[in-house]
Amino acid sequence: MANEISIRITGEAGQGTQTIGDALSQVFKSAGYHLFAYQDFMSRIRGGNNFFEIRVSIKPVHSPRHKPDIIICLDKSSVDIQKKDLAIDGILVVDKTKFGMAGLEESMYDVAFNEIALRVANDTLYSNSIACGLIAGIVGLDFTFVTQGIQEVFSHKSKEIIQNNVNSARAGFELGLANPHKEMFLLPTVGKDRLAAVPGVILLDGSTAIALGAIKAGCKFYTAYPMSPSTNIMNIVAGRAAVEHIVVEQAEDEIAAVNMAIGASFAGSRAMTSTSGGGFCLMVEGLSLAAMTETPLVMVDAQRPGPATGFPTRTEQADLDFVISAGHGEFARVVYSPGSAQQAYFITIKAFNIAEKYQIPVLILTDQHLQDSITDIPALDQGTAAIERFIISKEESANITSYKRYALTDSGISPRAIPSWIQDVMYVDSDEHDESGHITEDAAMRKQMVQKRLHKKLHGLLNELEQPTSFNIDDAQVILLGFGSTLGILQEAAQALEKRKVGFVHLSQVWPFPSDEMLKLLSNARMIISIENNAQGQLARLLRRETGIKVSKSILKYDGRPFDVDSVIEIIKPEL
Amino acid sequence: MEMNDFKSSDPIAWCSRCGNFGILTSLKGALVKLGKQPKDILLVSGIGQAAKMPHYVKANCFNGLHGRALPAAFGAKTANKDLTVVVTTGDGDCYGEGGNHLIHNIRRNPDITVIVCDNQIYALTKGQASPTTDEGIVTKVQTEGVILEHLSPLSLALAVGAGFVARGFSQETDHLADLILSGINYKGFALIDVLQPCVTFNKKNTYEWYSQRVYKLDASYKSTDLSIAFQKSLEWGDRIPIGILYNVSKPTYEQKAGP
Ligand SMILES: Cc1ncc(C[n+]2csc(CCOP(=O)(O)OP(=O)(O)O)c2C)c(N)n1
Ligand code: SF4
Ligand SMILES: [Mg+2]
Repeated sequence: MANEISIRITGEAGQGTQTIGDALSQVFKSAGYHLFAYQDFMSRIRGGNNFFEIRVSIKPVHSPRHKPDIIICLDKSSVDIQKKDLAIDGILVVDKTKFGMAGLEESMYDVAFNEIALRVANDTLYSNSIACGLIAGIVGLDFTFVTQGIQEVFSHKSKEIIQNNVNSARAGFELGLANPHKEMFLLPTVGKDRLAAVPGVILLDGSTAIALGAIKAGCKFYTAYPMSPSTNIMNIVAGRAAVEHIVVEQAEDEIAAVNMAIGASFAGSRAMTSTSGGGFCLMVEGLSLAAMTETPLVMVDAQRPGPATGFPTRTEQADLDFVISAGHGEFARVVYSPGSAQQAYFITIKAFNIAEKYQIPVLILTDQHLQDSITDIPALDQGTAAIERFIISKEESANITSYKRYALTDSGISPRAIPSWIQDVMYVDSDEHDESGHITEDAAMRKQMVQKRLHKKLHGLLNELEQPTSFNIDDAQVILLGFGSTLGILQEAAQALEKRKVGFVHLSQVWPFPSDEMLKLLSNARMIISIENNAQGQLARLLRRETGIKVSKSILKYDGRPFDVDSVIEIIKPEL
Repeated sequence: MEMNDFKSSDPIAWCSRCGNFGILTSLKGALVKLGKQPKDILLVSGIGQAAKMPHYVKANCFNGLHGRALPAAFGAKTANKDLTVVVTTGDGDCYGEGGNHLIHNIRRNPDITVIVCDNQIYALTKGQASPTTDEGIVTKVQTEGVILEHLSPLSLALAVGAGFVARGFSQETDHLADLILSGINYKGFALIDVLQPCVTFNKKNTYEWYSQRVYKLDASYKSTDLSIAFQKSLEWGDRIPIGILYNVSKPTYEQKAGP
């Protein structure tokens, strides 16, 4: 009996790998297990080969394993594509009749999905629920959890459809119980305490986390142009827009998206836009407009592999250099790089606050792996915490008859009024301007304005740093280093090798770079290994540029796929 | 409200006799008649000579990026419905760099008024062809004369579905002020293309050239017929119509987007 199991559901695009994955995730959540699920899909709507992989454990898990223990194939071509990925002693579930296979290899396990679905529910569509039940049977779950999970996933469907799904799952479940490998895949039962805590547990993916964070932060204007892997954020905000009174507008291009958001922010709304690298390229002039006009702006770059169109549905961390320096001219910005869905939620809220407090653009740098991966976490605080706006209140505004938008102050931050609230007018300009916002070419004023937008604001921002996460670094033999979505890999690799003195440092803010903190954490390190989803070790270079600290080695992956913890551990071991 | 209530302290950086002065006078005249406080008016612009106009009026000003006045104006109007939003832009700013935003904001139909100071040239960058430059005009870039067909912005706007389409002439300040006021009072996206002599870089389309050609659409003109409006919008050369070519009511973005 293992403490964990990884299950991969694979098939063509359009076959419902995600539906089964979502249902299974709910089932395992209901049963009190921890899970980490991620998706690998091609940039197509039909055909090809996609998979959804769930890792289930009695302990919290945060990253993919190298090889799944069970692979469920929904079509014939998946069998050949996925066979090589199967763990030793794993099983590959196939539908021999449907796939027209002559014989079965030793690792294969035949389940007549189609035939059963027709018999039980009169529609082959229900194969998905059979698969769901099958897995539950193989790992030895109680069937009530399956019923619960199915009810949750299909809550919007008719009673009849739900019943058909439950019946199909039941048929799969019976088969699973009787599987020839029975003992091997049974999961330990979950303790009572954990089961009691289940109602307080949610499943969260990066896209939902950012959307919920934005809503929580009081975002009232959301605009974007669709681009994978950022699109889901817009979908989720749009789904709640009516209830939350949010304007969601699909822009004609990313240039429009960013300029609309800036206009809305200027006029008084909390505003946000999201995109991926290619769209971010188009937004860059807008980024510098937000900085010059000192208009708060929250932007998401959900990275995918570039250059150009790259791999639309895959993952990479290669925009780091770009986003910390994007935009012409010099100005203060913040770039966050959350490592988990939970971090992404809280960082999104913080991003709005920092953007408004400092009147600057704030970027959230994520990637496909984080956007589309699901984990279980304790329910987010859904209370109605007061939102601090850092603007001159409506009441106060009523008495203001004389106003300078860019009044020079020690902090570099000018009190921000909203047009039409105050009695005076205000001038805001993308040209260099004086305190009242009118265009100027005065050399002394130019210097003061640069200091305001750059030096003074940066000074304040250093007190607002999102602190790096660190683990087991005192007396470490090796310190693993990363940013963004590799947090789970760093955590699990360091935990696995804890006794061999491996620790990690993870940055969820890459700009302004936390130089002092890194010097404290890393100055005495014997060996630093950066783990990055890019081809140059961009974080390692940034660390060296900002602190002089050199890493000994970089583990780089730039094939568009995320790291798996087993492979990373294998690469680290020889260094110990 | 009087003209003085909209007087800005910012010194004007245009050439003397620039057509923009007439447009500025008309804009202020329209605002006086509108009767709203300067604090409730927002002028949005991109970059160009025309785009400097918001600085020369006492009203809120958002002077954004070249070509991007419309998205910023859409965002501001949507976020703060109390603001009367007027865009002052140029032929390069609005029809060139920002052409895509023109098309799609006409489709959105936010309640904003767009005044295009159309001098048929890129003036701020010293005289290159714009989308409305007449064919054959020689510039430092178009050394053999412009070979691209001249864009008819009003036809474009009508084709895309604009509900309020007008043309003015910067010398006819009272007429233009009326057009601007009508545009502001129109509920939805109002496009006003204004013939604006650039005395420095456009030596063809001068005050005289326009004066000899423009004629006002009179009371007999029916501004609710799309095909007539379309024909009028294409009239260019010996005779150029000014006035409201098309004026029909349409649901605005705000109405369509709901509460
Ligand atoms: C992104 C960008 N590209 C180019 C420019 C340079 N530029 C400034 S104004 C202008 C053309 C303006 O033409 P128009 O809108 O007709 O205004 P005019 O000066 O004629 O009133 C150009 C190309 C710029 N400011 N920004
Ligand atoms: S260059 Fe032309 S458009 Fe610019 S201010 Fe002079 S006359 Fe006016
Ligand atoms: Mg021009």
